[in-house]
Amino acid sequence: MTKMVATKRRKLRKRIKLKYYNKVKYFEFQDKAFKVFAIACTLFGISVLLALLVHVFSTGLGRIDWDFMTDGPSRKASSAGIYTAWIGTLWILVLTAVIAFPIGVGAAIYLEEYNKKSKLTNFLEINIANLAGVPSIIYGLLGLELFSRMLHLGQSLLTGALTLSLLILPVIIVSTREALRTVPYSIREGSYALGASKWQTIWNQVLPASMSGIFTGVILALSRAVGETAPLIVIGALSYIRQPPSGILDSFTVLPIQIFDWVSRPQKEFSVNAAAAIIILLSITFIMNGVAVYLRHRWQKKVKW
Amino acid sequence: MKIEAKNVNFYYGQDHILKGISMGIKKNTVTALIGPSGCGKSTFLRLFNRMNDLIEGARLEGEILIEGVNIYSEKVNVNELRKTVGMVFQKPNPFPKSIFENVAYGLKVNGIKNKAYIEEKVEQSLRQAALWEEVKDKLKKSAFALSGGQQQRLCIARALAVEPSILLMDEPASALDPISSIKVEELIYSLKNTYTIIIVTHNMQQASRTSDKTAFFYMGELVEYDDTRTLFTNPKKERTQNYITGRFG
Repeated sequence: MTKMVATKRRKLRKRIKLKYYNKVKYFEFQDKAFKVFAIACTLFGISVLLALLVHVFSTGLGRIDWDFMTDGPSRKASSAGIYTAWIGTLWILVLTAVIAFPIGVGAAIYLEEYNKKSKLTNFLEINIANLAGVPSIIYGLLGLELFSRMLHLGQSLLTGALTLSLLILPVIIVSTREALRTVPYSIREGSYALGASKWQTIWNQVLPASMSGIFTGVILALSRAVGETAPLIVIGALSYIRQPPSGILDSFTVLPIQIFDWVSRPQKEFSVNAAAAIIILLSITFIMNGVAVYLRHRWQKKVKW
Repeated sequence: MKIEAKNVNFYYGQDHILKGISMGIKKNTVTALIGPSGCGKSTFLRLFNRMNDLIEGARLEGEILIEGVNIYSEKVNVNELRKTVGMVFQKPNPFPKSIFENVAYGLKVNGIKNKAYIEEKVEQSLRQAALWEEVKDKLKKSAFALSGGQQQRLCIARALAVEPSILLMDEPASALDPISSIKVEELIYSLKNTYTIIIVTHNMQQASRTSDKTAFFYMGELVEYDDTRTLFTNPKKERTQNYITGRFG
């Protein structure tokens, strides 16, 4: 009797062991499988990007020379350059920064430092987050109606910069607020306790302590604006412009539009031009992102709370 | 009386934090506020430089007079008030700037631009805070490079630079090691001749060593307020007796 019970128990124990063993095997498999899946995902992203870069560079790199940078548009691909386009991009970049930086940072300071919690605040916050998700072409339509037609700014640089400013404002506001929030309350308290006013506290303590974070956000937002094409096409930025703009009310073109124009032409030589222009545009974006990364890195090193 | 609280009631929203507190504080004395956590002593301290104004939903009844002026009346400018009533916080909170700039900041927000005066004042304040010898060669260095105790003395120097007549200290030594803590205590003792000091502390010995008068708070009420020696050797209320002997709190 007791022997039977004992063997039964032994069998049961064995079964449990086996079951448990199988489970462990399964978990191990699960672990490895997920790792492979994650690697595959990463590789997919990188390889597509690499393929794109390799293709663009092998096609366009040879086309880039001094003449390409200094020639204006032409009907002949070999004598066409991106002079007007990159000057236009530079103008747009600077103008957009000048417009969007103070407005965005100002709005963020208001929302973060002055505004008290209320239903209106919540409403504003939700809408700013939503605005960041609005398709850029809709901003283009808004810019066309508001700046180009109502304010009679036409197809000028100013219209373009104002439109792009609207586009990146939500991004700047959100990232600036995040940067402001990293400054601990004790710093503000310390400043108030010395008799500093709210503005003195913000200007002397909060802003300097969060500046690199703010800059990082603004630069990333600007590098998005540099690549935007749709809203500028809507407001009527032309691709065929003989002279680069010399003032903010001149009409203009930018690199993305130039690229768009070239790739839509049937001649193969123009797509080589487009590839070369893409390299220039990518370089500008990479440099800007690099500066942003550098600032963030320096910031993390410098400020420890 | 330098400072006088008259029937002070204080609320956060629905919570009644301070209940009918009246007390007077003489010039150039050290007053210790003691009591268990959450008894309202820090809140009471923060009434004297209107730090509680920054909190939403805070409400005050009663009067707080400094040299006979109700500091909550509309005529009083908060920023001006805070220049006469300095404050040191529990956790050292130096600004992310150089040692020099930390001390000079209070002067700059006062609109003082004279460089020679600022330099002189910075040195004087650092000497007063017994920090000058340790930092005189590295004034340009970040305040974060200092130890916790040094940072706290820097914060005291920073408060002294604006020449307040009252100094509020919210557990100034509780985040420090024993040696730094003793240094801060000695400092408080030496500042007594020039300033009226109110200090919140959890440390009984500290209260008895540094203060002239001690106020014991419990559940938002002022239980007992007397000369420090009397309160610690011969308390009139049983609650005070229980607290200072460590039977609760």
